[in-house]
Amino acid sequence: MRVGILRSPSPLPGFGLSFGIMTAILSIVVLLPIGALLGRGLMIGPADLWDMLNSRRIWSALTLSFSAALIASLFNLVFGLMLAWVLVRYRFWGRRFIDAAVDLPFALPTAVAGIALTALYAPNGVFGQALAPFGLQVAYTEVGIWVALVFIGLPFVVRTVQPVIEELERDLEEVSATLGARRAYTLRRVILPTLTPALLTGFALALARSVGEYGSVIFIAGNIPNITEIAPLLIVIRLEEYNYDAAAAIGIAMLVISFAMLLVINAIQTWSRRRIGLA
Amino acid sequence: MYRSIRISGPRLAKSIFFRSLGERGNKIDAGHTRPWGHLITVAWPNADGSYHHALRTVLSAGHLHARLLAATGALGLTFAGTVPVAAQEGVEILNVSYDPTREFYREYNELFNAWWTAQGNAPVTIQQSHGGAGAQARAVIDGLEATVVTLALSADIDQIAERTGRIPADWQSRLPQNSAPYTSTIVFLVRQGNPRGIEDWDDLVAEGVQVITPNPKTSGGARWNFLAAWAYAERSGLDPAGFVGAMYRNVPVLDTGARGSTTTFTQRGIGDVLLAWENEAFLALAELGEDAFDIVVPSVSILAEPPVTLVDGNITSDAQRTAAEAYLQHLYSPEAQALALSHYYRAWDTSLAAPDDVARFPDLELVTIADFGGWAVVQPEYFGEGGIFDQIYEE
Repeated sequence: MRVGILRSPSPLPGFGLSFGIMTAILSIVVLLPIGALLGRGLMIGPADLWDMLNSRRIWSALTLSFSAALIASLFNLVFGLMLAWVLVRYRFWGRRFIDAAVDLPFALPTAVAGIALTALYAPNGVFGQALAPFGLQVAYTEVGIWVALVFIGLPFVVRTVQPVIEELERDLEEVSATLGARRAYTLRRVILPTLTPALLTGFALALARSVGEYGSVIFIAGNIPNITEIAPLLIVIRLEEYNYDAAAAIGIAMLVISFAMLLVINAIQTWSRRRIGLA
Repeated sequence: MYRSIRISGPRLAKSIFFRSLGERGNKIDAGHTRPWGHLITVAWPNADGSYHHALRTVLSAGHLHARLLAATGALGLTFAGTVPVAAQEGVEILNVSYDPTREFYREYNELFNAWWTAQGNAPVTIQQSHGGAGAQARAVIDGLEATVVTLALSADIDQIAERTGRIPADWQSRLPQNSAPYTSTIVFLVRQGNPRGIEDWDDLVAEGVQVITPNPKTSGGARWNFLAAWAYAERSGLDPAGFVGAMYRNVPVLDTGARGSTTTFTQRGIGDVLLAWENEAFLALAELGEDAFDIVVPSVSILAEPPVTLVDGNITSDAQRTAAEAYLQHLYSPEAQALALSHYYRAWDTSLAAPDDVARFPDLELVTIADFGGWAVVQPEYFGEGGIFDQIYEE
């Protein structure tokens, strides 16, 4: 905070008050729980933490959680962009309905989503039956986890990219065309660079949400250790064993990996902003 | 007057006095430690013994004094008088139980209250909480003020006794039959006509057979399944660890609770055989039609004893203690035993039961948890971290 802001007259005074409330709420709601988790980790000590984490089952679960979240978020990145583009640029019957439907994954309890997806994709479900002749099984496999994570992550990409597409100046595309650029070239050199920061934000949000997702995945994953057991389930299992330290250890591992991933995404974002001259 | 206040899900606050302050809202003077959160329901018995649930509002966080906001008044709740009413009208019991007992306790609570009021007592407010046995035990350890616990295995109650001291260590000898008023066992549920020809435990390790059972880490019932398979292998001279390991390699879905597994098998069509509580298997037949599934009784199984006990540390008055003790003891009465039998539990006293309810149970050889050395030995050795179950998945 620059001191100058405090001194300069503002039509809306109240920096002190709003800053105080912000700090208090942030501490209570966000920093304290995370601090408590890290504090628990400090009490355990790094050597013991490593011992608790260093097993094949935990690494399998962490790998699965993060790789499935990454795959689902990459899918959402492409599909979400397409959906947002169609919603903004074209007028068609039912557009408003689809626009509203995008938010449903936010509103629906995740358990409901998980049960509904499982019922559809189980071998006796509507989609499951259709896929079975091709030897494809979705429910109770890793693919099922992807499907659930795509579902819960989609609105994050769409809702962050949509307003930026609305702000895009069509003139630029026209200028690009009159200067002789082909469509793909315009898309690559004119449109995508402007959208990249928003796309990355949406991607990061979807990723962060998917990594920790428990409610919907638990129903559609087979929960078989080493194969379809996600890290959040392993935390619940450790709690059932009254082994709070081991549960905290997995929680800390997830926190650290998530933090590192978000840091990388932020770095790419800053780099891409500079490249297009926004910062 | 006692009022029970359900706060953020399963937590319960007990109010000693309920006082209307007119426009300033209502005031609850509460007892000792106080959980925090949103007030959702107040329940109290009507004259006819049924329960009235109403009042949805927000309880401001408080330590000793919790205040009901003026919203109470807006909901049109009027309480007679403005003076505190003494705690005479009724006693309340919170029964914290596991998953498959929902239907049984719903009916038992009515049966108990009818008997209790016939004895000249005021009706008792009974609240039920159901969930996976392990999660329920943890909720009680973390402060859920259960009056009585009726869980899937004694290991869960042992954990409460050990970690909170609210239950004496010798709790299991306080009531007859190891404090298990009803028992069950583990049987197989297979698809109509038994297409895979599953007759006994050794058919479960055959190549390509899919077995559905929940995760023993999160489900009490699954631990009984595991031990029953183990007992079979021991009796047949097989290597138990290898046998049980082979069985779990045939499990395509490990649900977190017994009801989840039943759903996976019956609704999702996954698997050839479901390892199920006997009462769940009969319930599945009754609910989903006898022409969809068959019950297969293995040559040997385990006597599952879901125990009940009083949580002494959560008792707040003598009246409550008397009612709660009667609530548990009445489970052994011929009427309650007949009710348990009609809910497909094996009960001890068949004098009042319908002959059909007794005749349906097949005779089979049952090992007991004592044969394994008791839950205190079994829990860490088989299901603890790094225990035998974990080793199956370590390879």
